[in-house]
Amino acid sequence: MSTIALTDSHHASAVEREWSGPASKRIVTGYGFWIFILSDMVMFSALFATYAVLLGQTAGGPSGRDLFDLRNVAIETGFLLASSFTCGLASIAADTRHATWFQLAMAVTCAFGLGFLFLEVQEFASLVARGAGPTRSAFLSAFFTLVGCHGLHVSAGILWLLTMMTQVFAKGFRADIQRRILCFALFWHALDIIWIAVFTVVYLIGSAR
Amino acid sequence: MTQGRDEVFDNAELAPGDEHAEGGVGPRVLGYLTGLGLAILLTATSFFVAGTDLVWEPSIPVALVVLAIAQMGVHLVFFLHITTGPDNTNNVLALAFGILIVILVMGGSLWIMANLNHNMMPMDQLMQMQR
Amino acid sequence: MLGKLRWDAVPFDQPIPMAASGVVALAILAVLAWVVIKGHLPYLWREWITSVDHKRIGVMYTLLAMVMLLRGFSDAIMMRAQQSLAFHSQGFLPPEHYDQVFSAHGTIMIFFVAMPFMIGLMNFVVPLQLGVRDVAFPTLNSVGFWLTATGALLVNISLVVGEFARTGWLPYPPLSELAYSPGVGVDYYLWSLEISGVGTLVAGINLVTTVLKIRTKGMNLLRMPMFCWTTLATNLLIVAAFPILTATLAMLLLDRYLGFHFFTNEAGGNVMMFMNLIWAWGHPEVYILVLPAFGIFSEVISTFSGKPLFGYRSMVAATMAICILSFMVWLHHFFTMGAGANVNAIFGIATMIIAVPTGVKVFNWLFTMYGGRVRFQTPLLWSIGFMVTFIIGGMTGVLMAVPPVAFVLHNSLFLVAHFHNVIIGGVLFGAFAGYTYWFPKAFGFRLHEGYGKAAFWCWLIGFYVAFMPLYVLGLLGMTRRMQHYDVPEWRPWLIVAACGAALIMCGIAFQIVQLVVSIRQREQLRDETGDPWDGRSLEWATASPPPAFNFAFLPEVSGEDAWWDFKHRANGQRTPDETPRYRDIEIPRNSPTGFVCAFFATMMGFALIWHIWWMVAAGAVGAFATFVVFAWRDHDEDVIPARDVERIDRSHRARHHPHLGKEVVA
Repeated sequence: MSTIALTDSHHASAVEREWSGPASKRIVTGYGFWIFILSDMVMFSALFATYAVLLGQTAGGPSGRDLFDLRNVAIETGFLLASSFTCGLASIAADTRHATWFQLAMAVTCAFGLGFLFLEVQEFASLVARGAGPTRSAFLSAFFTLVGCHGLHVSAGILWLLTMMTQVFAKGFRADIQRRILCFALFWHALDIIWIAVFTVVYLIGSAR
Repeated sequence: MTQGRDEVFDNAELAPGDEHAEGGVGPRVLGYLTGLGLAILLTATSFFVAGTDLVWEPSIPVALVVLAIAQMGVHLVFFLHITTGPDNTNNVLALAFGILIVILVMGGSLWIMANLNHNMMPMDQLMQMQR
Repeated sequence: MLGKLRWDAVPFDQPIPMAASGVVALAILAVLAWVVIKGHLPYLWREWITSVDHKRIGVMYTLLAMVMLLRGFSDAIMMRAQQSLAFHSQGFLPPEHYDQVFSAHGTIMIFFVAMPFMIGLMNFVVPLQLGVRDVAFPTLNSVGFWLTATGALLVNISLVVGEFARTGWLPYPPLSELAYSPGVGVDYYLWSLEISGVGTLVAGINLVTTVLKIRTKGMNLLRMPMFCWTTLATNLLIVAAFPILTATLAMLLLDRYLGFHFFTNEAGGNVMMFMNLIWAWGHPEVYILVLPAFGIFSEVISTFSGKPLFGYRSMVAATMAICILSFMVWLHHFFTMGAGANVNAIFGIATMIIAVPTGVKVFNWLFTMYGGRVRFQTPLLWSIGFMVTFIIGGMTGVLMAVPPVAFVLHNSLFLVAHFHNVIIGGVLFGAFAGYTYWFPKAFGFRLHEGYGKAAFWCWLIGFYVAFMPLYVLGLLGMTRRMQHYDVPEWRPWLIVAACGAALIMCGIAFQIVQLVVSIRQREQLRDETGDPWDGRSLEWATASPPPAFNFAFLPEVSGEDAWWDFKHRANGQRTPDETPRYRDIEIPRNSPTGFVCAFFATMMGFALIWHIWWMVAAGAVGAFATFVVFAWRDHDEDVIPARDVERIDRSHRARHHPHLGKEVVA
């Protein structure tokens, strides 16, 4: 199909293929969800920008260096990365219609995801207990919101994951369920991409202060 | 009626996240394994760089950002199967648009706020003026 | 049990809200009673409320917009009246009410009039112009509409239960923080926009995907009607900008509800960051509003000039340039906040640059008309009115893009006049042009031309009488949002402005009369052929109104102005009996998901505003359950049997057909 082809009409025959009609549902659904993911990235970028601006506003309270436990962060990163890998295996299983491998891979993904969430909640709880909760300073508000928003997305993802496991169990690999699995995989991988930004900017660079 | 992978190709396009199915399961798993391995490598390097004295300190944030971008690329290629092929052009264009907006919002905000903070009195001092 | 909600939330002691809500409540009850008694409820539920058809949803969006226009305009009348009276006087609106009036006016006009109007027109027209059956995600489309309606509902409830925000249409902190706005007003604003923002984002995703992936055979991107290009640009902007709004309002909500410190005065909050982020959304927003209008004008002007659009490719380039550039100018909304000369200069220059592609468009429209056989019917009148008015508004904008000028005119009535100039002249005139132009397609009969012209002239003259004085007032030093004043030089201008508002009211009255009369005279105004304006694009190939499936056979396109092409090529090849075999057509099944989801969203929104936590939880569970139920359905499509398709299609062809040339079975 001709993409943004402000091509010279002399080259039209070589570059501009004829559009052959409405795309298939899988492409439409996948692309629409891809656009949604991009919108989500923009939302996170607003939160990242806010975090960067408020980085130094600790109001006399603790800063990143005082608070962040990098060992914990490394484990969380490992969990999320592993879950992305197992999610990829689940995608392959879904495409080749192997229900057992699919459910297994999804279950492991879920376990890693829950592990991530558990560690994160623990971290937040301990920060609050030390008087470094989100109401302490602008820096902490930004930290909790950015990292918490990611965590909320992971939680929503887990809910979705469990729903997909149930759907496949109940109805098999129907075409619409396959499309939803495709969207779920996009979502889950995108969350890991955002986490890369989080652990780099928030934790690693933030600990240097 | 269930449909299989036949609907993957259309107008010579791929849905984002889809990859070509030929070659069977083996190469695909290998693809994900490669991605995992590279990502682990990059992550470990990041953590190492952040904590070590071996790298010149002022350059650490830059190095970390570069490593992060590289790892995002690994995820995009190996996990999300974004390629430069003609069947992926629309997906790449959409991604490029998103990246542009992210750069404008973050870069623009940081530049503007840095200038504003430099020029304008901090709020706590402003509040004290009221007394 | 009911959170902060008490009986004293209802403003029994204030005559204006009480009277207004009384009238509205009566009107709603009367309409409901009529619907129920006449037995229309099942029809309404089946054909409209649960519809996932883009045509129905488009009509509902437009109807919402027009109803909310009346509410927003009442606020405007009150403001003009107040400012005419309040010279050395308190007028009739005390400050705490006046502030709510101007805040509601702006919020409603932008979010619940301009946006739904444009989204409604895009929804209705784009699939038809692309030669396809529906948008990419029909059920999601319904969800988006009903969530927008939820936002509108919450804002209107604030009139009766509680109060609205007093912070203007953009709630700047620290005034909007809990310390300085402890009431529920700002919360009404925030939740209403967060909820409707989700609806808007959904519409954005839908329309981008539709334009890029769902077009009929042969419709390459550069063969699409111009309206589809502006739809693409608009919805790319929606997808890119609305997340920023969501994030920023969410941060303000976190400050207000959980004591965070994003924008507070203490603990390191940065008020200026709010302005920065909100305008990073706000500037693309105004292009989201105006780009569809540009598309409408392209369609109307070429149709009523009988000529193809001049400079199609440069129009496409200009549209996409505006799309990208609109993300590079946002600081011009806060030149005076203190970023300094360097930053101001860069953004000032960028703002002037963005005027260039718009200028290209204006010249293309003029050249389209030049040499054409121009028919001065109502849609074209709106277009000509737009061109004159928008140019003036654009010029005052470029004027204020010069930072030193902005230091003089920021937040004065000059600014107010500028943005009303471009929004009314651009967006609203475009909406009215599109409404008049596509009304026969949607309903099968045209609007009365005489009343249409009368409405246009009242609006045009009324607009100039109402807003040109505001430019003068801005230069005389009058600030915006003043509840009273004591400068005698200002008074005459404000009275003239009030007269202008009265003229506009006549224009609106004529539009209402036009609608009523047109419905009554619909047989005389009937559109028999489906192509009342001798149109150029594919929507005019369908019957008026189109059947549920739009096209029995998806057309095959080989150039721009596809319908015009068919009409004029096919004149040579009349083979009326050579239609391919009719087939069963699958259409998406109607679903109550959107309506039910919005019901729970309303419940959650109201409960969050009044701190009724159990109701929030119930709403959340309900909304999630709705999605799960929807995800579990086994049949998502209905089938229209081939013989019904044939019957419907043949009856349309009998009335109109030499023109349907070579087609393709879908």
